Amino acid sequence: MRPTRVAWWFVGPALCVIGVFFVVPVAAALVMSLTDFDIYALADWRNLRIVGLSNYVELLQRPLFWRALGNTVYFVAVGVPLSLAASLGAALLLNSPLARFQPFFRTALFAPVVTTVVAVAVIWRYLLGTRYGFINYALGAIGIAPVDWLGDPHFAMPAIILFAVWKNFGYNMIILLAGLQAIPRELYEAARIDGASSLAQFRYVTLPVLTPILTIVAILTVAGYFQLFAEPYVMTQGGPLQSTVSVLYFMYEEGFKWWNLGNASAVAFLLFLLIFAVTLLQMRQARRSGVWQ
Amino acid sequence: MTRCARGRRRFASLLLVMGAAVLGAGCGERAADVTVVRFWAMGREGEIVTALLPEFERTHPGIRVDVQQLPWTAAHEKLLTAFAGDATPDLCQLGNTWIPEFVALGALQPLDASIARSSVDPHDFFAGIWDTNVVGGQVYGVPWYVDTRLLFYRRDILDAAGISAPPVSWSEWLHALAAVQAHAPPGRYAILLPMNEVEPLLALALSQDDPLLRDGGRYGNFRSAGFRRALTFYVDMFRRGYAPPITASQLGNVWSEFGRGTFAFYISGPWNIGEFQRRLPAAVQNAWATAALPGPSGPGTSTAGGSSLVLFRASPVKDAAWQLVEYLSRPDIERRFHAQTGDLPPRRSAWNDPALASDVYARAFRDQLERVKPAPTVPEWERITDEMQLVAERAARGEWSVDEAVRELDARTDRILEKRRWMLARGARD
Amino acid sequence: MRARPAAFAVNAMLLGASAFAVFPLLWMLAASFMAPGEASTYPPPLVPAHATLANYRELFAQTGMGRYLANSVLLAVAATTLSLVFNVMAGYAFAKLRFTGRDRIFKLMLGALVIPGQVAMVPLFLLLKHMGLVNTYGGVIVPALASIFGIFLVRQYALSIPDDLLEAARIDGATEWRIFRSVVVPLLKPIIVTLAVFTLLGTWNDFMWPLIVLTDRNLYTLPVALASLAREHVQDNELMMAGSVLTTVPVLCVFLALQRYYLQGLMMGSVKG
Repeated sequence: MRPTRVAWWFVGPALCVIGVFFVVPVAAALVMSLTDFDIYALADWRNLRIVGLSNYVELLQRPLFWRALGNTVYFVAVGVPLSLAASLGAALLLNSPLARFQPFFRTALFAPVVTTVVAVAVIWRYLLGTRYGFINYALGAIGIAPVDWLGDPHFAMPAIILFAVWKNFGYNMIILLAGLQAIPRELYEAARIDGASSLAQFRYVTLPVLTPILTIVAILTVAGYFQLFAEPYVMTQGGPLQSTVSVLYFMYEEGFKWWNLGNASAVAFLLFLLIFAVTLLQMRQARRSGVWQ
Repeated sequence: MTRCARGRRRFASLLLVMGAAVLGAGCGERAADVTVVRFWAMGREGEIVTALLPEFERTHPGIRVDVQQLPWTAAHEKLLTAFAGDATPDLCQLGNTWIPEFVALGALQPLDASIARSSVDPHDFFAGIWDTNVVGGQVYGVPWYVDTRLLFYRRDILDAAGISAPPVSWSEWLHALAAVQAHAPPGRYAILLPMNEVEPLLALALSQDDPLLRDGGRYGNFRSAGFRRALTFYVDMFRRGYAPPITASQLGNVWSEFGRGTFAFYISGPWNIGEFQRRLPAAVQNAWATAALPGPSGPGTSTAGGSSLVLFRASPVKDAAWQLVEYLSRPDIERRFHAQTGDLPPRRSAWNDPALASDVYARAFRDQLERVKPAPTVPEWERITDEMQLVAERAARGEWSVDEAVRELDARTDRILEKRRWMLARGARD
Repeated sequence: MRARPAAFAVNAMLLGASAFAVFPLLWMLAASFMAPGEASTYPPPLVPAHATLANYRELFAQTGMGRYLANSVLLAVAATTLSLVFNVMAGYAFAKLRFTGRDRIFKLMLGALVIPGQVAMVPLFLLLKHMGLVNTYGGVIVPALASIFGIFLVRQYALSIPDDLLEAARIDGATEWRIFRSVVVPLLKPIIVTLAVFTLLGTWNDFMWPLIVLTDRNLYTLPVALASLAREHVQDNELMMAGSVLTTVPVLCVFLALQRYYLQGLMMGSVKG
């Protein structure tokens, strides 16, 4: 195969778009984070000041930033394992030879992924309503007092986690299902003949083959969950008492509500660094435990 | 294979055409010879004003008005975003506390020349209200309606609790709240103070003599004795259980809950006169009334709110937009508008109108309008009230003491005003 | 013999999980047909007492949902078709054509996947302002014309095209364009459909960027209009549900019709990648 100039015509348009509409803005965001660009500066360039790293320093001293970070970490720490467990469980069930009506179940379990966050957040906001919501009604039927899901600062984030897990578990379920289906049935047969119980089969046949995929899925899910935004925006507007303000929600408010663009860019970069660091850590951990190449 | 290739080429050219059409579309429409005035209006006013427009379009051929309604919760964001994106409308309803902000951005068109040439008479307006539209000696908006906050209350519930007249001072108010709460069955409260609304606290704070900002609006003054008193009074209402610690949306439907008697007092504005009259069941219609806000030692001060009609500097159709402003400011049009929204006119002459003069509910507002104070006219005020609401919520929930709360609020306000201090030091206009 | 209770358990759990997944959507459908105020009663109703189309009527008449629906359709279709062109060409090139720095650029792009899109939003908005694209359809579509994930998907799939096929066509004297059109695209059809479904779903459901870029209500897409409606009509739950149905049903239909490709594409992409 010889290198061709025509190739540039093929990649050119896409690279142009990505370059102009992604790379350039990201670089600009980095520059902006070193200034105090705000609505005054938008009105008149002379109101702009170069402030170096002071945006970052100030951010690290703001309690709301740490609160947002805490909320986000809480969401990731609880939401990711829950979501992965749900996805793995559903995938295992779907993969079981005992399951019937597989396509129907698969579609039903995947349906929430396809919906738009705004529409389902409206539904969930209603279902989580204190007086007339279904969830409290069901809890009441088994004797638990109604919970103020969206009004109580202790329960708002769990409500968001529940919602996010419901919305997203289908996606990873499909990927894990693909991984499970790649395991040849003969391995299970052989294990069963050797007298292994279901649990043992899971531990010694399924898990080793699944672990690489599970690791990738975990890494991607963690990175995705750090970018929590739409759910708090639609359901709780960051409340109550800012218990559902995530880092991106905080960035959105700084940037698009108050137009402190310098601050907002600084937040965005801090988030990026955090995700990057966590991802690297996870990858190193995976490599060290021999899961990967 | 050739057929496929031709088909694909056609498909590709169709794509390109579609792409061009889509990219070009939505860039604004201008039919020949018709000027389109884009008008952004919020809340209930946005709904009602649409009904007044067909007549305007009839009497002003060649002008078409495109009304866009915004919810109040998103309006400030949307306006700033529009300014940043060079996509501001031609004409807009703007809360008067936002006028200093948009003037500082250079977004608004000064209206002195247009007003001088027109039938709008500045002296007919309440002086305090007109002043909220004047920045740096120039007028930037024409007041559209005035707004303040006062008490809506259930007369029958008060009567049942032994209170024969609405409270006039804070001590009377506390007494009334205690009486109503004592009589209330579980699940009912004496007063509704939605935690997402800052206006009640603001009204209480304005009743004090200490200003909310000091040093020409350079620093927060929330540590003052006056604000402490106001915040303590506010927080006490939650601590004593008179007010439920909820937001408006958690309550569900405010009107039906007021009708059900879930709470007896509610601090709200004139638009609710119309809403209550429309939405409350007939049985309750004669059971509610309005009264001026109680103050620390007598009748209290309230917020000098309201909205004005403003023109944006970037508008290409300022003349046509001004004609709409003139039209909406005509006394007869204003009368119709106010009758339908329940909003209150900013002109003194309009208050002599028999319909308004005989409105039993509006009387309290006329009374309160004599005692209104404007909020500090700094561009950052919207953000400061946001912080006020957040800090007050924490204090009301018992997370912070009043002392901690006012110190925190001052710290946050000082940080927000930092840029203003820098700009003022550089010699910018106030 | 032991299979019967086990099979029952498995299927019961699947049923339970599916119910958990689907119940809110079914309830949304039911509530959209309820009379105003009916949903806010205790105990919460599961089915409307008398099904009514009033909410849908009000939705189209008062709030102008028809316009938003049209906008969503237009933007989703336009973005999908245009981005397919960009992404498929680039994906194929990264897989099968040689040019300087091909692998390095690809690795860089993969690395860029880690950057959250929101980092770029603010400067992108200002850039579009200077290009005059704020508050236009173009402002929504143009940034979505190419996506790294899409290019990745196509490239992974295109790697499996046999090189001999391409070489043979080249020896025959066909230009690269001809080869692409006549040989490659038919082979890529499955991944094209997958990517189309992916992009369609993504653009239809996209909410944050159109929210920021579009200020004119006439240009709103369904999710943005719904979000704005949800803040205004906090009380009118049934109306909201009708709006949610309108926003969700089209994508669900597309998904149901094309789920084979979509799910296959996901599974293929994951196993290969």
